[in-house]
Amino acid sequence: MSDLTYKIIVGLEIHVQLNTRTKMFCGCALSFGEEANSRVCPVCLGLPGALPVMNEQAVENAILAAMALNCEIASFTKWDRKGYYYPDLPKNYQISQYDLPLGGPGYIEIPLDGGKTKRVRIRRAHLEEDAGKNLHTSGYHSQVDLNRAGTPLLEIVTEPDLNSPEQVRALAVELQRIVRYLGVSEADMQKGHMRFEPNVNLVIERGGQQFKTPIAEVKNLNSFRALERSVAYEARRQLDDFLETGRTMQMGNKSTRGWDDVNEVTVLQREKEEAHDYRYFPDPDLVPVTPSEPWLAKIRSRLCELPVQREVRYVQEYGLSAYDAGVLTADRSTADFFEEAVKLGASAKRVCNLLTQLGLKLAKDRNSDLAGLGLDPAGVADLAKMIEAGTISASAGNTILTAMVETGKKPDALAEELNLIQKSDVGELERILDQVLAENEASVTEITTGGKKAQKARGYLMGQVMQKTKGQANPKIVADLLSKKLGS
Amino acid sequence: MALHELTALELRDRIAAGTLSSVEATRAVLDRIERLDPTVGAYLAVFADRALESAQAVDRRIAAGEKVGPLAGVPLAVKDVLCTSFGATTCGSKILENFHAPYDATVIRRLQAADAVIVGKTNMDEFAMGSSTENSGYRKTANPWDTSRVPGGSSGGSAAAVAARLCQAALGSDTGGSIRQPASFCGVVGLKPTYGRVSRYGLVAYGSSLDQVGPITQSVADAALLLQVIAGHDPCDSTSVSEELAPVEDYLTRLNEPLERLRIGVASDFNAGADPAVREAIDRAVEGYRQAGAQIVELAMPHLDYAIAAYYVIATAEASSNLARYDGVHYGYRTKDPSDYIEVYSKSREEAFGKEVKRRIMLGTYALSSGYYDAYYLKALKVRNLIRGDFVRAFERCDCMMMPVAPTTAFAFGEKADDPLKMYLSDIYTIAVNLAGIPGISVPCGFDEAGMPIGLQVIGPAFSEARLLRIARMHEARTDWHTKRPALAG
Repeated sequence: MSDLTYKIIVGLEIHVQLNTRTKMFCGCALSFGEEANSRVCPVCLGLPGALPVMNEQAVENAILAAMALNCEIASFTKWDRKGYYYPDLPKNYQISQYDLPLGGPGYIEIPLDGGKTKRVRIRRAHLEEDAGKNLHTSGYHSQVDLNRAGTPLLEIVTEPDLNSPEQVRALAVELQRIVRYLGVSEADMQKGHMRFEPNVNLVIERGGQQFKTPIAEVKNLNSFRALERSVAYEARRQLDDFLETGRTMQMGNKSTRGWDDVNEVTVLQREKEEAHDYRYFPDPDLVPVTPSEPWLAKIRSRLCELPVQREVRYVQEYGLSAYDAGVLTADRSTADFFEEAVKLGASAKRVCNLLTQLGLKLAKDRNSDLAGLGLDPAGVADLAKMIEAGTISASAGNTILTAMVETGKKPDALAEELNLIQKSDVGELERILDQVLAENEASVTEITTGGKKAQKARGYLMGQVMQKTKGQANPKIVADLLSKKLGS
Repeated sequence: MALHELTALELRDRIAAGTLSSVEATRAVLDRIERLDPTVGAYLAVFADRALESAQAVDRRIAAGEKVGPLAGVPLAVKDVLCTSFGATTCGSKILENFHAPYDATVIRRLQAADAVIVGKTNMDEFAMGSSTENSGYRKTANPWDTSRVPGGSSGGSAAAVAARLCQAALGSDTGGSIRQPASFCGVVGLKPTYGRVSRYGLVAYGSSLDQVGPITQSVADAALLLQVIAGHDPCDSTSVSEELAPVEDYLTRLNEPLERLRIGVASDFNAGADPAVREAIDRAVEGYRQAGAQIVELAMPHLDYAIAAYYVIATAEASSNLARYDGVHYGYRTKDPSDYIEVYSKSREEAFGKEVKRRIMLGTYALSSGYYDAYYLKALKVRNLIRGDFVRAFERCDCMMMPVAPTTAFAFGEKADDPLKMYLSDIYTIAVNLAGIPGISVPCGFDEAGMPIGLQVIGPAFSEARLLRIARMHEARTDWHTKRPALAG
């Protein structure tokens, strides 16, 4: 047993719901949580005679996402019908893209621990319409809600380049960041905007021989946690299964499994991959898409620096920690806010601290973002500059930031109002210090003789100065003066 | 002159001039339907009350001096393949027996915007699959010229209704000849427009890349009038052509002007397969054009022989997918007491689809199946391209082509019903036009020894409807075939 090693191999299929105003092929608004079958029309109901009309915004969003994933963009792409019978599929075919997807091979960089990244190849990205939902609520009969039918989905398929549950999760999180940055999807997991289907197996080395376990596809995962844990579970299960039965990958023994979120196990759904014949053929109701260069250029102009690139740049350019860079780049509005403030001349580190230690927490508490708090980059930049200049202390900065959110006032006004401006007048501070020294001879002696109590005595004297100035003395200046007068 | 002897255009002009009311005209049609349709069987539904209300509304507006549309007050029939928000839309199928569409097809909206009076919906082969209307799930439609014979199909109800004057004009749909062949069998005019000329939105799909709505009328001028109303871009149909690419022309104004130096293409070899009576009538018609100054160009159309094979792969492949939605789950017929949802599908479809529809679904499913796709569907698409090429080359040498509509005249009920292949082969002259997406018109050009009508087919390049109608009108102007009415129609 001791000579056994294995490697996890995972390829991922991801469905991302695009945030278009209307559905993929009709004018119905996208739906979440509305009354069943209230957002439908002859087209998405698949009524006789109804015809689809392509939503150009969906195609633009899909192409933009494919560009961000470094995919080759097809110069000719078309719509195909994928035929299968299921009650949530009103036409009994899904309009999808078969042999000519709009996005060809590409790649995505995913962040790994230690500030490194890994390149995962993308096989393809194509656009399709979502199905409705079957509701099994009332006894003998099932019901069908077609509100979701026709919602635009971008399907992204990776190559099997992922080698751990953590990498799988990292890719999913990174993809979420990207589509949000691009503004092509809300990527809200709670609303099912991202759904994952990992294909998992192991390559096992034992006794100088290599074995591959049968591939299992886990269907329809809609949280990062379920995605990560299902891959981890599959790795364990497949290893155990191999040790017990020695089964290896063969033609047709790919299985389909579901995820039991309560017991955190995968459950067998279909033992053998059914010989599905979807009878794909080009949809004669739709015309092919041949993106023109000006159109592609217009879409390309919406591309932005991707989160992982920004994250690396924040570490290198601003000297932020990898952790802080990750927090700031988690969503685009925060990163844009941060950069805007830095551009106005504020110290990156000070702005970072204001945002990561307090601003984002305030936003989260109020279920908002920074702009939603009434903050603007100029105000935060001014605040950071005041801290940097020693006009106020760092802790006063936090007090002022909270007050800015609560009152909407400017930081300098608040600093005055709340009496938080530090005394930095050396002459005045020296006078106060002299007074403190005269009143506390014992402490002065402890410092000048050195020894164990010196440090504590210094703190005490500093505290006395602070008390006399109602906390407004610039601590750095006081400390310098104290050193000058008493040495060390 | 009795009202039923008037064409749609003549009737319209009288109503517009106030010398005839639409209510009178509509009532006359409804009376004739009541009297004759039990014999003809053209209609699946008649909307007497609704039609009279529309007619009254038109009359009121004309009396008030309001501007009315180009079909104001004219009683029309539409094939039951078109969705209407009134009445059922059955497509001749039991599976849609009680299906009430919640919307109107674009062509229905256009007819109504033109103030037409829609009197009813006409019988058809189930889902437009057939050449005799015998595949209707509801009733038999007789040929008004001889009620022991079929009216042709699949728009047999519309053609029979026009021939028997049970409406002033009608709409049909044509996937492989379904307007032209019944028009030919019933001695009326039938126009299949260029693919993309008329919106398909609300036309229940059979073969989506081939289907096109068009008029069935008593005269070429009526065909022009109806086409004028229904043609044009529709944002709801991605395959309808834009105004910039192919603007809708004025089909009526210059209709009576003959074309100078007309070049007519004829493929004699291809025509040789038709019955002698049909061939003679076509030759006579072409000779008439020659005498009027046209030049006859002999053409080779090497790929037309493969048209039927290609058509029955492409049309059935599309149909197998288009008809998948009739599953008993969402609307239409549902089997009683299914044991599971799979049985909802299989039994509903088994019980409600007719034999021919099942046959075509199976053919199409087979053609699209993995492992067969390349050999059938893809090959058929290649043949389609070759046929398009034949026509493109032909139209470099001529302005239009002329050929029969069908190899025979209307046949007796049951004659071909048990031999699908024989039935398929009767589409030989019409199918290539659909594959090429070009327009074709059938105009009456004679009768066989049994007194059954024969149609001349005139075919033109894409979007040449204005010229095509003028060419057809040249024939009509010199002959009186179109003025003949079946005895039954009085």
